[in-house]
Amino acid sequence: MSYLRISELTVNIAGTSTRLLRDVSLTVQAGEVHGLVGESGAGKSMIGKAVLGTLPRAIEIVSGAIELDGADLLKLSPAEHRKRLGQSCALIPQDPLTALNPSRRIGPQITDRLTDILGWDAKRARDRANELLEEVQIPDPQRVLRSYPHELSGGMRQRILIASAFAAEPKLIVADEPTTALDVTVQKQILKLIKDMQQRHDTALLFVTHDLGVVSKICQSLSVLYAGMVVEATGVRSFFREPAHAYSRALLAATPKYTDPEASLTPVPEEVIAAVKAEVDAADAGSRHG
Amino acid sequence: MLDGRSQIRRKIGLRLWLSGGWLLILVLAAVFAPLLSPHGPLEQDLFLGRMPPFWVAGAEPGYYLGTDSLGRDVLTRIIYGARVALIVALVAGSITALVGSTLGLLAGYLRGWVDVVISRLIDIWMAFPPVLFSILLIAVLGPGLVSIIIAIVVIDWTRFARVVRAEAMAQGAMDYPASAQIAGRTRISTMIVEILPNVLPTIVVLLTLEMGIAVIVEAILSFVNLSISTDDPTWGGMISEGRTSIHQAWWIMVFPLITLFLTVLSFSQFGEGLKDRFDPVLR
Amino acid sequence: MQILRSLLFRLASTAVTLVGVAVIVFFVIRVVPGDPIAMMLPPGATDEDIARLTALYGLDKSIPEQFFIWAGGVLQGDFGTSITARRPVLDLVLGRLPATLELSIMALVIAVILGGVAALTGTRERGTKVEAGIDVANGMALSVPDFLWALILILLFGVAWPVFHISGRVTPSLDLPFVTNFYLFESLVRLRFDLWADIVSHMFMPALALAIPLAAIIGQLLKQSLKETMHLDYVTLARTKGYGENHVIIREALPNAILPTLTLVGVQFTFLIGGTVIIERLFSYEGLGNMAIDAVINRDLPLIQGIVILFAVLFTVVNLVVDLTYALLNPRLRNA
Repeated sequence: MSYLRISELTVNIAGTSTRLLRDVSLTVQAGEVHGLVGESGAGKSMIGKAVLGTLPRAIEIVSGAIELDGADLLKLSPAEHRKRLGQSCALIPQDPLTALNPSRRIGPQITDRLTDILGWDAKRARDRANELLEEVQIPDPQRVLRSYPHELSGGMRQRILIASAFAAEPKLIVADEPTTALDVTVQKQILKLIKDMQQRHDTALLFVTHDLGVVSKICQSLSVLYAGMVVEATGVRSFFREPAHAYSRALLAATPKYTDPEASLTPVPEEVIAAVKAEVDAADAGSRHG
Repeated sequence: MLDGRSQIRRKIGLRLWLSGGWLLILVLAAVFAPLLSPHGPLEQDLFLGRMPPFWVAGAEPGYYLGTDSLGRDVLTRIIYGARVALIVALVAGSITALVGSTLGLLAGYLRGWVDVVISRLIDIWMAFPPVLFSILLIAVLGPGLVSIIIAIVVIDWTRFARVVRAEAMAQGAMDYPASAQIAGRTRISTMIVEILPNVLPTIVVLLTLEMGIAVIVEAILSFVNLSISTDDPTWGGMISEGRTSIHQAWWIMVFPLITLFLTVLSFSQFGEGLKDRFDPVLR
Repeated sequence: MQILRSLLFRLASTAVTLVGVAVIVFFVIRVVPGDPIAMMLPPGATDEDIARLTALYGLDKSIPEQFFIWAGGVLQGDFGTSITARRPVLDLVLGRLPATLELSIMALVIAVILGGVAALTGTRERGTKVEAGIDVANGMALSVPDFLWALILILLFGVAWPVFHISGRVTPSLDLPFVTNFYLFESLVRLRFDLWADIVSHMFMPALALAIPLAAIIGQLLKQSLKETMHLDYVTLARTKGYGENHVIIREALPNAILPTLTLVGVQFTFLIGGTVIIERLFSYEGLGNMAIDAVINRDLPLIQGIVILFAVLFTVVNLVVDLTYALLNPRLRNA
């Protein structure tokens, strides 16, 4: 059963005809990890932001639907929209250094959603925070809950953000390049942690990344984006075995292999770029006529 | 995106035009005061005391903005008052800028003991209540235009020194002054040739703001009767006189107050407008 | 520890500043023309009378000598005797200080409320006409100093539509049971709300005039740093938790945006206190500033010195309090 279904989502810079997303459709099954891949600027983060309702004010949704468990989020009132998201979705942000409020202690930053939005009592929320920190392997959780963010390392903070995302047992988590800002050595541990947590809690994950190596490790399915358009959506196995789209093949060739990191990389060839650009233009022309 | 930027520019343009326009009117009024004024600034007629402005019943023809308690023409005195206001603004503002910027430049670029002494002086100055200080200085120097100008310079040089010092320090930390010195310039000539031009826009903006402040200081001092002789028309003096008869003849205070308000607002907005013009991000 | 050391350094540097202020004011007013002693005595006083009185106030000695005698007294809490009031300067000055303090603090409260509301509303409505309107109002308020706002308020709410008192600190015919000079505070403590209302109605106009420019500064600075903070990741994260705009602005953005504003407000508050001198004069409010102008007009040298020193101390204390508050609010410094 699909938990998240995005259909024909089109997003513009407000008040202009500059397209940021073009008729994006994708589905994420309950408990499935779906990768969003593409170069920077392809619009992968934009999709995550649209789902979580955190698009900047200068960006508007022109058309399309975002259905969560069968209900179209875009048709809800802003207050209902927020409440629904608070109950069933969460975000693992990209940069752990800026994603925790420097003037608040860690504890309340994990429990605030539980007490304020879900109406738990303080004791139950505190116990839950404790339990979560143990689950993400943070030593001495009691002390950490009382700390301020600047007292903790980047890897610690990312663990806390992961714990916080799972706090309310959401059905869907958007992970926005959660390992990009970390040291290479920490990256692997965090990726494994996210995968373990996802499997244990049986959460659907929308995993935004530019790294196909990461995709092969954690995702079951993926969508490849170029210029705000999905050029290929498929299962991970078939993608790595026989990518259907020329751009996907080129992207794959441009990715370092873990087995052979020294092997020379091929940049995406210009004729592939030209071809995919033509496709985008054709889609635009089609939507204008339609 | 483009629309937003051109809108900002238009707003800045409008602000500069409006404030600059009012200041130009003032300058013209001050220069051509004898030609423009319907009466003499000291000409009084006790039979025509407290005549209302032209649109109120009982107005005396020829006295457009009414007369004060001594029967002097309010409009004429406002026009002549512009002379005092502008002289104070220009002279006091420029000397303050010169003194303050020089000290700030020396402190910020030379550093060392020069900076220690000047910064300490700035600290001490900041601990004085400025209005009280100016009143005290006028009491020492005696009333008069020159005293007012000296008082403004003595009190307000820190406004320039503080900002210019910080800017000069930032500029001095960059590479170009060092390379100029390697090329054989002395420190002082580096300061004047290399640093000063980069700090100049800031000084010009501060100068415009300072002119508005100088006009206000003059008005405050006239208000506590410490400015120029009470006969000479100044806006502050007129406001002070008008306040005593505000319930009987509001126009004696209101018109000079409006003039003063617009002038101070214009100087400040002109300065802000220039600041935006100089700001490379918007340019 | 680090805080303690920087505090000690601050205190030492403050002491140097205060000595500087004392020296400058002492020597500047010795140059004042006009003989204060002659002004005290009735016409027809003999030269002998004048000489005796001059000696009594120590004015016959050389200026450096006078300074050291005066400074020695100050260190023991003796600021000399007022020439016009013939009472100890310290008594006079401390008697008026509460009036000025109450006025300044009320102005600060008004400024924080007005500026805070402007900043929060502007942030909530960012990019709309409401924000543009707030910007224009801020710009106006900032361009025009307290002196002019006071005159405009007097015209509007004292003359054209007289709803507030524009003269004095309290209606003179009222019977005051106060033992301190903190009228506003004491009327509250004594639950005399009738008196409190009368005092507030006297203070509101001068306090508002002092507050308007500061409110504009707070409004502008706080709005700017709030808007910068609103883009940060932890604010976005809070939105995804299900919190609305008001909550996000107040709990997530405000505590972090307040710090840069706070340091500037400290300096600006000392400017506000300096502004009470002329504002008290305009509203015939019996505070320190009004007394200071009288002292200058009457050439009352010991009183002028005392008042200027007190203002300097007040400014320094304000700056110190601001720095401590900053350290307390900033978790990085609090736990260090």
